[in-house]
Amino acid sequence: MFTIISRIFHFGAKNFWRNGWLSTATIAIMTLALMMFVGLIMFGVVTHAAANSIQDKIDISVYFNTNTSEDQILSIQQSLKGLSQVASVDYTSQDQALATFQKNHSSDQTISQAISALDTNPLEASLNVKAKDPSEYGAINSYLTSANLAPYIDTISYAQNQDVITRLATIVRDVNVGGWVVIVFLALVAGLVVFNTIRLAIYSNRDEIGIMRVVGASNSLVRGPYIVEGVFWGGIAAVVSLILVAPVFWFVSPYLGQFIPGLNIFQYFYTHIIQLFLYQLLFGVLIGMFSSFWAVQRYLKN
Amino acid sequence: MPSSRGYKEKNILESFCSIWYNSLVIVFQGVSKHYSDRGVALEDVSLQIDPGEFVSLAGRSGAGKSTVIKLLIGEERPSKGRIFFGQYEVNKLNDGELPAFRRHVGVVFQDFRLLPAKTAYENVAFALEVAGRPAREIAELVPQVLDMVGLGDKMKNFPSELSGGERQRVAIARAMIHRPEVVIADEPTGNLDPFHTFEIIKLLEKINELGTTVVLATHDREVINNLERRVITLDKGRVIRDEKKGKYILV
Repeated sequence: MFTIISRIFHFGAKNFWRNGWLSTATIAIMTLALMMFVGLIMFGVVTHAAANSIQDKIDISVYFNTNTSEDQILSIQQSLKGLSQVASVDYTSQDQALATFQKNHSSDQTISQAISALDTNPLEASLNVKAKDPSEYGAINSYLTSANLAPYIDTISYAQNQDVITRLATIVRDVNVGGWVVIVFLALVAGLVVFNTIRLAIYSNRDEIGIMRVVGASNSLVRGPYIVEGVFWGGIAAVVSLILVAPVFWFVSPYLGQFIPGLNIFQYFYTHIIQLFLYQLLFGVLIGMFSSFWAVQRYLKN
Repeated sequence: MPSSRGYKEKNILESFCSIWYNSLVIVFQGVSKHYSDRGVALEDVSLQIDPGEFVSLAGRSGAGKSTVIKLLIGEERPSKGRIFFGQYEVNKLNDGELPAFRRHVGVVFQDFRLLPAKTAYENVAFALEVAGRPAREIAELVPQVLDMVGLGDKMKNFPSELSGGERQRVAIARAMIHRPEVVIADEPTGNLDPFHTFEIIKLLEKINELGTTVVLATHDREVINNLERRVITLDKGRVIRDEKKGKYILV
């Protein structure tokens, strides 16, 4: 058994070297496919970042009547945090609101004077609510407008911004879903191209497969070396494609950074390079293995 | 000195082949083969080949010689009838059993069927490697057999670097390496000139002298007439003549 396995690896490695041109051509195609694959992963990162940056801008603010006590507001904050749709709730007290307001209008004498002339703080305390998913603002809004909360609440920004929020939510969802559709479709195309390349490579070996069988090679011994070759092709293509793709990201990164603030794609690439390499290796090796397996299969039937 | 060289070759061959006792009988029982697209290839063929025989299958192209051989090595299955090969019933072997069966038979083809990406040495070694034989045994046997067919000095050459006669000798070495009870040759001289044809037939005769059954399919009149061995003549898928010391006769 061990002899057979070691021979399979030995034959596979030898075929790989001796079919130099075939190997080179196959690796070239697989490299292109894998470059597309890593490109797709990065495309996913970019769309995700774009969607996130939109999502970050969506929130609803709840303004409380000035006679609502801080304790009541804080208990509402707690109950909001208890909702499954809510990601975060930030509390802004009346004093904080005033401080921010004064800071923002420090250059405007009239407003400063008007504020200081008042005995009480006219600004309302507020809670700033962010949902986990933009489509869930409606649900949060209906919780806030329920009868038992109504006496404390003055206004809710959702009502005013409803249109914008739903539209943004659709965009975020479409970008995410669309990204996935594109990724799956193109990954499929890349996979098929590689499969066909390997099929052709093995088609050119069909006579040899026949000879091996006549000499008395078992099916696994015929198939084994081709699978080993497929693994080699996939592995090498993974390394080559990563090396080729690095400068592309380095070049593109600053432009994308302008388009989507806070996104540094080269840095992402750099910090996730091992993870990306493993994905590529997995994709390349698996597709190499399965393609070889299926391509040889049809020549093993009597 | 050609005579001493011949003596040496014979010696190697003898030490190589005389180790086992051949008791394998080949039997065809009412075998027919019909192709859906080409019609009848064989019709009700019954024959027996005894251990140690040298049998020629004669006939025109398309007479059914190649079909007999394909059925014999399990490359195709008969439409009717049974084929026995020693303890194997060839027409009942499944995909898993065929490889083991084929290691009992040595096959030589008209087009040599060598692996182009392997050297002469590796081509011969391959037949042992697939049988899972230990590396040391392979390293010992392969040069012996290549010496036997007179290619001791061309072991490292690839098939593309060898002449037709040399390629066929590599193929015979490969067919011999696992000491099969039967060597089957399908038009082994079809692509060779008369000189190399003579060489190859001599080699097959030598192999036969040492106890191996040889089945030779050929349409070469010269070859059959010079052999003076059993000849089975096929025509249109039927056995029309089976003679102990036959000649190539087609009416």
